[in-house]
Amino acid sequence: MKARVHVMLKNGVLDPQGEAVRHALGAMGFDGVNGVRQGKVIELDLADGATEADVTAMCEKLLANTVIESYSVEMA
Amino acid sequence: MRAAVVVFPGSNCDRDLAVAFKAAGADVQMVWHKDSDLPDGIDIVGIPGGFSYGDYLRCGAIAANSPICRSVAAHAKRGGYVMGICNGFQVLTETGLLPGALLRNAGLKYICKTVGLKVETSQSDYTNGYNAGDVIDIPIAHHDGNYFADAETIARLQGEDRVAFTYTDNPNGAQADIAGILSENRRVLGMMPHPERAADAGHGGTDGQALFRALAGALASA
Repeated sequence: MKARVHVMLKNGVLDPQGEAVRHALGAMGFDGVNGVRQGKVIELDLADGATEADVTAMCEKLLANTVIESYSVEMA
Repeated sequence: MRAAVVVFPGSNCDRDLAVAFKAAGADVQMVWHKDSDLPDGIDIVGIPGGFSYGDYLRCGAIAANSPICRSVAAHAKRGGYVMGICNGFQVLTETGLLPGALLRNAGLKYICKTVGLKVETSQSDYTNGYNAGDVIDIPIAHHDGNYFADAETIARLQGEDRVAFTYTDNPNGAQADIAGILSENRRVLGMMPHPERAADAGHGGTDGQALFRALAGALASA
C-alpha cells in the first residue's frame, strides 16, 4: 500500500523560494499570480497493514519539522 | 576540557573545530555518527558545520535522528555542554535541544563572508570572554541560516537573555537578527557563524579564540 505525504511551510513562515518562483513567473509574462508556496511530496511504499497513524508518527518524528512545516497524509 | 567532535557523512568543519578545541587546551576525540555512545568523561560535544547526510530532507534532520545524537541529547539532558556550529546549529534545532528552525536565506543565496556579530550576553561559559555589546568579526558560510521561531519563542529567548549573538547587518533574514542562541541552562549553544574559522592568526582573524578559551577555562575547573 502507498501513502503520499504533502509537506508545506506553515502560513506565516516566509517562503523565499516560492517568492522567487512568483517573481520569475511574473517576469515571463504570467500575470495574476498572487502567491506561490513551494512544498514537498513524499511517497511511501508501505507493507500491508500500515495505518495512517503510522504515517502520522513518521511525519511528526522525521518527515516534517512541525516548528515550520505542516503536513497532510493521503493513504492510497 | 575533554571534547568530542561528531563526524557525520558530509561534515566538513569537524577537523577545524577539533583544532580550535585543541588550541584552547582540550583533549579531543572524534566520534563517528554510527557510534551509539560518547566516550566516557566528555565535557563538551561539538557538532560541526558541513552538509550532514547531504542536507537531504531538511538540513540536520537525518543527523538529528542518528545513533550518536541520542547520546548527545542524553548528555545535554544530564547538564553536559553541547556546541553546534552552522550545520551543527541546524542539527540542534532538529533534535529539539534548541528552539526554532533555520530556513533558507531570505536572499536565496549561499553566503560566505566575514560578518560583524554583536555579543548579546557575556552570561555563559561560551561568551564570558567577551563583554556584552562587543562586536566581533566571524565568518559565515551557509545557505540555510535564516533563524525562525514564533514570536512567543523569540520574546522568551530575549527575556531570558538566551540570545548569544546577533548580526550587526542581518545577512540572511534571521528573526531579531539572531545568529546564535543558548539553551535554558546556558550549556547548549547553537550559532550559524564559525568561531573555529577565526581562531588562529592564519585565518585572518582571531575573534573566535575568546570563545574556546572561555570554554576551556570553565571546563578545566569542572
